[in-house]
Amino acid sequence: MHYIVNRLIFFVLSLWAAVTINFALPRLMPGNPALAMFAKFQGQMQPQALKALELQFGFNNQPWYIQYFTYLRELVTGHWGLSFTYYPTPVTTVIHNSLPWTLGLVGVATVLSVFLGTALGIFISWRRGGFWDNILPPVTMFFQAVPYFWMALVLLFVFGFKLSWFPMAHGYGEGMPAGWNRPFLSSMLYHAVLPGITIFLGSFSGWMIGMRNNMIYTLGEDYVVFAEAKGVSPQRLMIMYAARNAILPQVTSFAIAIGNVVSGSILTEVVFSYPGIGNQLNTAVLNEDYPLIQAAFLIIAIAVLVANLVVDLLYTRLDPRVRTEGATA
Amino acid sequence: MPTPSPVVLELDNVSVAYESRAGAVNAVRDVSLKVEKDSIVGLVGESGCGKSTLAYAIMRLLKANAHVTQGSIRVNNQDVYALSAKELRKFRWNEMSMVFQSAMSALNPVMMVEDQIFDVFRSHRPNMSRSDVLKRAKELLSLVRIDHKHLKSYPHELSGGMKQRIVIAIAIALEPSLVIMDEPTTALDVVVQRSILDQIKEIQREKHFAILFISHDFSLVAELASRVAVMYAGRLVENSPAYGLRNSEGHHPYTQGLMRAIPKLTADEVTIDGIPGNPPDLITLPNGCAYHPRCPFVFELCETTKPERYRTGESELECHLFASERRGSHV
Repeated sequence: MHYIVNRLIFFVLSLWAAVTINFALPRLMPGNPALAMFAKFQGQMQPQALKALELQFGFNNQPWYIQYFTYLRELVTGHWGLSFTYYPTPVTTVIHNSLPWTLGLVGVATVLSVFLGTALGIFISWRRGGFWDNILPPVTMFFQAVPYFWMALVLLFVFGFKLSWFPMAHGYGEGMPAGWNRPFLSSMLYHAVLPGITIFLGSFSGWMIGMRNNMIYTLGEDYVVFAEAKGVSPQRLMIMYAARNAILPQVTSFAIAIGNVVSGSILTEVVFSYPGIGNQLNTAVLNEDYPLIQAAFLIIAIAVLVANLVVDLLYTRLDPRVRTEGATA
Repeated sequence: MPTPSPVVLELDNVSVAYESRAGAVNAVRDVSLKVEKDSIVGLVGESGCGKSTLAYAIMRLLKANAHVTQGSIRVNNQDVYALSAKELRKFRWNEMSMVFQSAMSALNPVMMVEDQIFDVFRSHRPNMSRSDVLKRAKELLSLVRIDHKHLKSYPHELSGGMKQRIVIAIAIALEPSLVIMDEPTTALDVVVQRSILDQIKEIQREKHFAILFISHDFSLVAELASRVAVMYAGRLVENSPAYGLRNSEGHHPYTQGLMRAIPKLTADEVTIDGIPGNPPDLITLPNGCAYHPRCPFVFELCETTKPERYRTGESELECHLFASERRGSHV
């Protein structure tokens, strides 16, 4: 219980820190969005218009702490500003429209990669030196070693352009009304195949080889040999004694990986013109869309923190040593 | 003469070798040993002399790079290496069990103590009811004097001594006729070591199983066991009754060295005499007697010829000093 309270306090503190840094960083940078937009028009804009822009974007000369509290209030009430790129669409709407695509595509591909990789890692370590143990690590390692955006381009070229098996871009068929109906969902899945494979292949090997190595290390532990000696069946030995311990480092890596889901695959989304938050972030940076960049970073930071909190809590279920803290030898 | 007790463990010329890039490492060579029912036999020797390898060989738990190259290992008259994998799984723990050297790490850190005890019964007595299993687990904990509340504990919540007691409880769960104890108290402090040894003796007296007790601590083994086997560079150089170990006469020079290495706390000055030199490399053993480079009584024959096994009284020794024509001249 003490541990969980600790984790929650840590979560709140780091959330506050992330929010505050998000406030401070743009204000420490030289210039402001109004100047940036003014510069974009290369002198075709009247200097008076600059003042108008500043007012429009909400610049004022209030002291920083007033600005800070205004910022916090607006943050909580959901007023995150208007996107410059999609002016005057609120930033929250842009994120609301793109985040689910990323969560769906990258999230599902990552979870599949973790679970399949871990399961196969257990399997090949159990049959160490066998056929699959010799084949799978080098083959999957090849796909992971190749830069993932290049992988995306190759898949796009071969299966999208040359063979036309899969669509070349976007998250669903053009002009299709969005909705929870069968044609739309199947079109969505169809469009997700190539980017999904790219993301899956980009991380699968790490999960499999990581789990395999943890397993091999754990299989040499005394408690596994002792359990084997006392007659525990091979299946129970593999799951309850070896894998149950070998999975703990994987859980920690999983926390980092789900945090990366939101920010993770910017280039994959760009290559496949996928309507996710990575693509939006890319557009935002190209257009100097400060409110959108700021919002995207905040969302990423929150995602990492939430993912870590969830995994921390999960870890207490998996490892009794964490629960009691300060374990005695 | 009482009728001889049935033999629980019988080793006949057992050799074990590890494969290595530098050649075969002969960790155990020509070891013959008998452990009778209801007795404690000690096995002593320096680190790396092959004690643990022998224990793992008896349990048929050797790593893939180690093999029994010759000889036979029989437990309750059953050749351990003639069993199929399935039979072996049933045979181990029913007939023979083992307490590991590193009891601290012999328990699964993510499983409660009770589950680790229950697993023995789940595997060997699948028809036993849950309440009977729980009852038996409580009996076992009482036997090793651990509070029943620790059934619900995780290993990290227990002290080293408690963990070792639980490992012992697991080892005797099915009342096997042979329990191999591989340095069961090495990782513990002396006080805990003493209480565990006393308990081992007490339980052994009550349950009448045989123990092969492996240790590098000569005085401890001499006190606990009825017979002591001394191992040097993979060979049993001496096998004597424990009562004969009080004075150094009539023993292998290596055994004498081990005796001298025991600190004498009653003397005015505490003196410890070690054995000069190091144990030999098991890949390239010295010619003749493996102990000759360190032996104070060495003579020409030792450097060229391997000693045979000689019997004197109740002892068996591998040393040229005990060849009948020489007996008495040096020792």
